[in-house]
This record gives sequence, structure tokens and C-alpha cells, in this order.
Amino acid sequence: MRPDSHHDETVPHSHPHPDVDPHAPLAGAAEGGRALRIGIGGPVGSGKTALVAALCRTLGGELRLGVVTNDIYTTEDADFLKRNAVLPPERIRAVETGCCPHTAIRDDISANLDAVEELESMLGPLDLVLVESGGDNLTATFSKGLIDQQIFVVDVAGGDKVPRKGGPGVTAADLLVINKTDLAPMVGADLAVMDRDARARRGELPTIFLSIATDPHATAVADWVRHLVAHHQAHQRAHHQAHQEGRPHAHAATG
Amino acid sequence: MDTTLLLLADGRFPSGGHAHSSGLEAAVAAGRVTGIPELEAFLRGRLATAGPVTAAFAAATRQAAAETVALGAVLAELDAELDARTASPALRLASRRQGRALLRAGRTTWPSPLFAQVPHHADGCHQPIALGLTAAAAGLTTEQTALVATHGIVTGPASAAVRLLGLDPYQAQALLARLAATCDQVAARAAAEAGAAPADLPANTAPLADIHAETHATWEVRLFAS
Repeated sequence: MRPDSHHDETVPHSHPHPDVDPHAPLAGAAEGGRALRIGIGGPVGSGKTALVAALCRTLGGELRLGVVTNDIYTTEDADFLKRNAVLPPERIRAVETGCCPHTAIRDDISANLDAVEELESMLGPLDLVLVESGGDNLTATFSKGLIDQQIFVVDVAGGDKVPRKGGPGVTAADLLVINKTDLAPMVGADLAVMDRDARARRGELPTIFLSIATDPHATAVADWVRHLVAHHQAHQRAHHQAHQEGRPHAHAATG
Repeated sequence: MDTTLLLLADGRFPSGGHAHSSGLEAAVAAGRVTGIPELEAFLRGRLATAGPVTAAFAAATRQAAAETVALGAVLAELDAELDARTASPALRLASRRQGRALLRAGRTTWPSPLFAQVPHHADGCHQPIALGLTAAAAGLTTEQTALVATHGIVTGPASAAVRLLGLDPYQAQALLARLAATCDQVAARAAAEAGAAPADLPANTAPLADIHAETHATWEVRLFAS
């Protein structure tokens, strides 16, 4: 099911570039391929868990999906997803971060890697693993040793100055999602200002304006993810084939 | 060699340690640790119980890795002996998870055929075994290996205490400095015992820590994995 009718053209937004080249597969990837890993980060309350739930809702029927959550209260995010029945409990792993949510996704990624690999070995091959960070600040980003692509979620109610403030999440994330656009009139946020600042900070990198409250399928983000999964799988197939035929081919650097 | 020692002992070495409080979170929740004086008692307790066991098994692993031909069998025996010394299933799991994380970092940092000898277990091998193997791969001595192990016994929970209780970080470091001589002694004794048969290695226990660990594992909300 692809509910395309939720796309609100009155909200300023930019689209993901169709030719965007995702990072090369990580070192150590099995020759038979592994799931695409997408990190979802952003400040507390911006809607990370709601976005994960929306993506599970939209993509759960078409992709083999797993979720690793790093919320500071460990089981809360997972319980939210279970309560909303968007993903069976066995597809969700919670990771404790020892009061350091950014450490667990950036400086010491071992617990998250363990969780991703356990999901893959328990459930069999997966197409997509979403790794949700605990709520942090504008400086938190994912390590490329953990994920292939990352989404940074901010919200309109956090103030329309957020894109201008920048920080690695806003400036460098593969996709910036500006959530809760429905609240803009109520909090006096100017979406045009946010759009202008996001473009200035991010150059060609895509930004999507979203209201999960009115588009519970996060249609535009789901489309971006679908495109990446297809690209990742085509890349892995080509890599596998080159291996089979003994042709020379590039391996991912160990970084 | 000294720099290698510092790299492996550094709390920033990405071996998953930041997510573990070594029982400190449970002790804080039970009201047993509220400030620097209680933290000192907690850490001295660690140095008297987990310290000698962890350091001796890490040192013995390092020594075996340097000298033994049938290393796989010795490592499996060390792993089983350590399992027998770890009464709490929660602590067994925490140790194995940390061992797995350490090996993940060690394999990439100091590649070595030694890592092929790791005892197989679904949850990973025990942390002191992983530490001894990594130290051997890095080229550290048995004495240095025991030192890294003992250092980790106190610095991990001290860092967790600073984060959990908002302790003055300078006071916490001053406490660690006061414990340094005791750490050195524990490490030296462990290194001296490294050649003993696995069954004869230290078997100190801390029943309250075991009980705390089991309770902690049942919490619905916790910040640390152990």
C-alpha cells in the first residue's frame, strides 16, 4: 500500500535527489548482503519515535524490517512501537546507553552493532534496520561504522531558528526532517524561514517538511527510504555477482 | 609499548564499557552510594572482590596466549572456570556482552590469529578472557594486562557515578588517585598468579553485588546495561 494522497503541496519542501549515491556498504558485510541501516537522530520530543512508527506502518508490509532503539529509558520507545502494534516485539531491540546517548551511536557503537546483528541472525535476512538514537542535542550524529544513512529530525515547535543554528545533525544528515508543520501557526514558526535556512546550511542535501499528525504514513520520508533500500540492494547484488565471477571490484574501506 | 597500554586502558577505547556501571546503578538506587565516601567504599569492595578475579583471569589468558600450543582448550577452560565463579546469571551475561564488544574492537585494532581461538558462546566470551587475548594481540605483558583489568574495575563504575550522581569530577579523580597504589598491588598479585592452573585462580565473591545485579536486570527502566 502506498498512500500517496497525503503529500501536502502547500507546505514548502524539497525532494530527495533521485541520483543520490548512498555510502558504500560497510566493511564486514556478508557477501550475500545485509540490511540497509538508517540512523534516526534528533532532539528530545522532535518525533523520532513517531517517525519510526510511521515508517514501520508504511514499509512493514513490503520490507523485512528491524528496529533498534536507544532511548534513555530503554524500553519506553520499544513499548511505544509495540503498543501501537506497528511492529511485532521480536523485531525491536532496546539498547542501554549509560547516560550517554551520543556515545552509543558515535564513539562506542558496539552495543548497537550487537543489536543489529542479533536481529539479523535471529530473524534471517532483513531489508532495512532503523536505529533510533536517544533524544540528544543538535550536535549528535551517527558513526558511519554503524549506519549507512542518517535522518535528523527537528520540529517546528522547537523554534524556527533551529536550521540556522546548524550543528552536524542539521548540516550533514543525509535527510533533514522538519516535523510538526501543523503546529507552525500556533507557535509562530515561519516555515519559509526554516526552508531558506535549511537550504543555506545543507546545500544539495534533501529536507522534508512533515506533519506526522496529519500524515501518519510519513509518505515523503518512506519514499526516500524505499529509494535507498532499492539502491543498496542493487549495489549488493552487483558486488556479489562480481565476486562470483571473480571480476575485480572495489571493497568498502575499513575507515 | 607504554602507549599501547594507555590505548587499551583508556575509557574511550570503544569496547562497550560506557553502558555498564558494574553494579553502581543498582547500589545508587538502593541508597548505598550517594557521594564520594560511599563511592570509595564501593570501589574498595570491587578491588577486594571482582578485582583479583578479573585481573588474574585476564593475566592468565595473556600468559596462555603467549606460551600455550593448545590455546583453544585452555581458553575454554578459563572461560568455564570464570563462569563457575560468576554466580549471578545477569553478571555472566554482562561479562560476556562486554567480552564480545571488546573483541570487536580488539580484532580491528590489533589484528592477530589469536582471535581465532576465542571460546564459542552465543553471548560472547567472558570479558577478562577477551581482555587477555586483546592484550596479547597488542603485545602487552602479563603485568600490563593485569593492570588494565584492575584499572577498569574502578574507573568504569567511577565514571558511571559521575554521570549518575553528578559528582564533582575532580573529587572522583582524586579518589581514583588515592586508590592507585591499591590497584597496583591487586594487579601485581594477579600477574604473579597468572601461571596457576585455571581451577586454582582466585574465586573471591561479593554476594550483595550478585543480588543487586539480579534485581537490576529486572528493572523496567535502567540507564546502564549492568
